[in-house]
Amino acid sequence: MSTLTKVVGWVDDRFPLTSTWKAHISEYYAPKNFNFWYYFGSLAMLVLVLQLVTGIFLTMNYKPDARFAFASVEYIMRDVNFGWLIRYMHSTGASMFFVVVYLHMCRGLMYGSYRKPRELVWIVGMAIYLCLMGEAFMGYLLPWGQMSYWGAQVIISLFDAISPPLALWIRGDYVVSDATLNRFFAFHVIALPLVLVGLVLVHIIALHEVGSNNPDGIDIKKNKDSKTGIPLDGIPFHPYYTVKDLVGVSVFLAIFSAVVFFAPEMGGYFLEANNFIPADPMKTPPHIAPVWYFTPFYAILRAIPQKQMGVVAMGAAVAIFLALPWLDRGIVRSIRYRGGLYKTFFGIFIVSFLILGYMGTQDPNLWYVNPVSRVCAFLYFMFFLAMPIYTKLDKTRQVPDRVTA
Amino acid sequence: MSDSTSDHGRRRLLIGASSLLGAAAVGAVATPFVMSMLPSARAKAAGAPVEVDVSKVEAGMMLTSEWRGQPVWVVNRTPEMIEQLGKNASRLRDPQSENTDQQPEYCKNTSRSRAEHPNLLVVVGICTHLGCSPQDRMKAGNAAGMGDDWPGGFFCPCHGSKFDMAARVFQGVPAPYNMRIPPHMYLPSGRLLVGADENTKGA
Amino acid sequence: MSFRTSLLIARGLAALALVSGLLAAPAFANEGGAVDHAPINMGDKASLQRGARTFANYCQNCHSAQYLRYSKLTEIGLSEDEIKSNLMFASEKIGDTMTVALDKAEAKQWFGVVPPDLSVEARVRGADWLYTYLRTFYKDPSRPTGWNNLAYPNVGMPHVLYELQGVQKLEEVKPAAEAGEGKGEGEKKEAGTEHHKKLVLAVPGKMTALEYDQFTADLVNYLVWMAEPARATRVQIGVLVIFFLTLTFFLMLALKKEFWKDIH
Repeated sequence: MSTLTKVVGWVDDRFPLTSTWKAHISEYYAPKNFNFWYYFGSLAMLVLVLQLVTGIFLTMNYKPDARFAFASVEYIMRDVNFGWLIRYMHSTGASMFFVVVYLHMCRGLMYGSYRKPRELVWIVGMAIYLCLMGEAFMGYLLPWGQMSYWGAQVIISLFDAISPPLALWIRGDYVVSDATLNRFFAFHVIALPLVLVGLVLVHIIALHEVGSNNPDGIDIKKNKDSKTGIPLDGIPFHPYYTVKDLVGVSVFLAIFSAVVFFAPEMGGYFLEANNFIPADPMKTPPHIAPVWYFTPFYAILRAIPQKQMGVVAMGAAVAIFLALPWLDRGIVRSIRYRGGLYKTFFGIFIVSFLILGYMGTQDPNLWYVNPVSRVCAFLYFMFFLAMPIYTKLDKTRQVPDRVTA
Repeated sequence: MSDSTSDHGRRRLLIGASSLLGAAAVGAVATPFVMSMLPSARAKAAGAPVEVDVSKVEAGMMLTSEWRGQPVWVVNRTPEMIEQLGKNASRLRDPQSENTDQQPEYCKNTSRSRAEHPNLLVVVGICTHLGCSPQDRMKAGNAAGMGDDWPGGFFCPCHGSKFDMAARVFQGVPAPYNMRIPPHMYLPSGRLLVGADENTKGA
Repeated sequence: MSFRTSLLIARGLAALALVSGLLAAPAFANEGGAVDHAPINMGDKASLQRGARTFANYCQNCHSAQYLRYSKLTEIGLSEDEIKSNLMFASEKIGDTMTVALDKAEAKQWFGVVPPDLSVEARVRGADWLYTYLRTFYKDPSRPTGWNNLAYPNVGMPHVLYELQGVQKLEEVKPAAEAGEGKGEGEKKEAGTEHHKKLVLAVPGKMTALEYDQFTADLVNYLVWMAEPARATRVQIGVLVIFFLTLTFFLMLALKKEFWKDIH
């Protein structure tokens, strides 16, 4: 018996090392027909690790003090060895996190991954998304530039609509100030990351309990090998999906690096020009918009002329995803076997979401911004609200017994 | 992996190549993170060489300046103190300053000083044991409670290490090495430059 | 349209978004009209050095660059001695940042605003705006300083380079009389009026228009460098990284195919 086997045996007597490895990696049977859209789960994990590591190293040099915060970021960019690289990785990682998570969510929508028995996987996933939004919003205040400052001012003022003391409580001051910066730092670097990591674990445990969905929306556990009990359409996650995900990782890292090294501002979408001006509580920049990943919801907020209703609509636009498992009355899971009705609603939803995202970056005084946003917001909500009807009426196709190649 | 039916050479080769590339990638990614923990440009600027006016240090007196945040002593030794240095050898751990890490080559002599000013000792005032700053016990004899045979030097209050007037460590104390002489040189103006010498570039 | 086709279209759109993002001119924080393209070249060290000298001689009386250390200028090919003798005050050290002695309260009184720090100004404004701004000052007696600017209307800063450029005036021209004007002068359409305004050189300066354009381009080049000194290193490392990842991709692809041979 080799030393390694002995050590593993010693650990196994005290900790479920081998059994955990088997249950979640080497003997976790995933459907063999995962396609392009199934890369984004592992990529989200990769970005999470990147953000945690770069974040820890940024914390070593960043100062959460309104007097020094802006200067400490420039200090990182200029004086710290490779500080610029670590900072660009973190700022690019924030945006790429949302790119990956939106694609991951889109996959869930297309293939019905939220449906029974995966409701909890979906709900925990939504909790991760909410947590990520909080993390991104608070992190964006830290560079203490003009967009950081006024972005936070505007979003916190939304809580005024719910209850004015709430906004005061969040800021800890009458305006966004040093107190706000300091507490956002605490939330951004420790509180939310802890929650995030915990939720990701729960997400994976819940997924592995019920098993992965697939592009056909077929339950692979229905067809098991009579002798081994292994699903006939299942393959061990390791090595098959680990090597496949490595291909995805190398493509993703190439795109990620292209941004980090050749366009870290990404045309002003990842790093905004106005954020290179230190925060000035006396002067609002002429045109402020949130970072691109919030703009669809921001557009819905602006589209509604009444403040309270706008806030409610924006909150509902996010929260309504939670109800998806119960709104969908279709017989099939995957879009592949749905009828034209669902595909039409889904297509309109995706297009509305993209248009809302664009409208959220535009000056609201342009004549078309609010009317177009209103139409798109309506179509956005119709995807969800009409879902019980159109999924029931939809003419679905027969789902095969076994997964297709 | 080994349970698969096609465990042939090509697969093993690819796994080997991937592992190598993976190790290279991990190393390459780790580099900037490790490097970021070295002194930044600001720390280096703050630790730049400092000029010290040594003309006002009288014989038998010392001056403390700061370089890289550490105390640097400039001690103007009297002829008696210099003479005493030659007699300490038997009681010292490294009387010939053999440990080259503790002084530049030009200070590897009995007085551990530059030839231009053998009376001036320039030394980082940090004990080589655990980093405390020793105290001035420059008067010989029992005046400072160091015993009648005390030849004059420095005493570390933390753990009792003793050094002579060339900052060389005595035997039987916790400190392992002589105190460190920083690179230094005398400028044409007569001022002392601590932190750089002819061998390091510029000021 | 089959689902696979729509998938292909979606991937195409994503690729397009990425490419356009990488190539897009960054959106800068400027109001106002069109800007001229700044003819700058970050690889031209002589131009960067000329710009650094101009910055020290003309800008740094009022504007600091408090995040840039003088020692960083060695990266544009200046030696420490050159930096010390040409660009620094005698009391400063090579590791110091570029600060100014200007009193902030006094400056506010003189110009109405405290002259901003210029360390990262080029990342706020962009090279083209800076290039246009530096070339479109004109005499305007209604302003406290006597100067106004096309790119930055009612700017607080006087035209510190007027001895070099000369004095420009803003003249109203009827559209018909527009043709055949000189080169190198900024132009701006005033919304809501049917006539144009045009800058004309009233008093020539020490430089010709061409020399002044080159002079300001050098300065803008330097300002862009100063806003992100790591830029050149960033691009160099980037090329290596992309090369490495391309290799990795092909190896991973081969590895994946090798394992997936088993799956039918």
